Amino acid sequence: MTNALIRLPRSVKKGEVFEVKTLIQHPMETGFRAGTNGTTIPRDIIEEMICTYNGVEIFRMKLSSAIAANPYVSFHTVATESGTLYFRWTGDNGFKVEETARITVA
Amino acid sequence: MDQALTRRRFLARSGAGAAGAALVSLMPFAPAEAAPDDLARAIKEVVGSARLNTGKVTLDIAPLVENGNTVPMKVMVESPMTAKDHVKAIHVFNEKNPQPYVLNATLGPRAGRAAIATHIKLRESQKIVAVAEFSDGTFWTAGADVIVTIAACVEDLLQ
Repeated sequence: MTNALIRLPRSVKKGEVFEVKTLIQHPMETGFRAGTNGTTIPRDIIEEMICTYNGVEIFRMKLSSAIAANPYVSFHTVATESGTLYFRWTGDNGFKVEETARITVA
Repeated sequence: MDQALTRRRFLARSGAGAAGAALVSLMPFAPAEAAPDDLARAIKEVVGSARLNTGKVTLDIAPLVENGNTVPMKVMVESPMTAKDHVKAIHVFNEKNPQPYVLNATLGPRAGRAAIATHIKLRESQKIVAVAEFSDGTFWTAGADVIVTIAACVEDLLQ
């Protein structure tokens, strides 16, 4: 089972910029490495990550083979109102993981 | 005579074996290396005919990295991040990994601050380049040279 971790501040003030930290389990196999029998291990990476804040897209990132295994990504956003941050990671071999996190805006 | 033949045979065989092993270990990488030209080409694809200015972008990465498999990296861009004036995208490129792209992040005024962080892989000591695309169509860049002591994707070469 794939694990995704989201770290948000416990509460933020309206208009405040806060950091969103994400971590997801994934081997990020580059597709450039040779296996035990000399054949290339096929590529298996997360290709894209998206974050929406109450349905509005606030961040999108295209990943490549050059992103380390178990991708850590952090970005910022402005606290507009209390609600839900939705995250989606998609990649090779039909990889798709969704996660949500609550944010409380005081 | 017999002994010489055996020795010769042995040498020939071991020589061929060594060459074969070297070939196998180099094969997956040799043709796939991103040359500095690829770096320039990849940047050109993003920037197009626009001018690439130096400044506004801070690329925070350790100058000496022990393990190329996981290298923490931060990109910060000076911008008010308003609807009129914000960073639209941050692109990161590398010089000597098998392909020149690292990431491209799409931001907007909702980001509040144009700062992202992640962990990357580096195959060897090389140059990293971050390019920020602003809403007014300008491009700003910063680069960093990184020395890597243990490269990423080296484990399969040691088998």
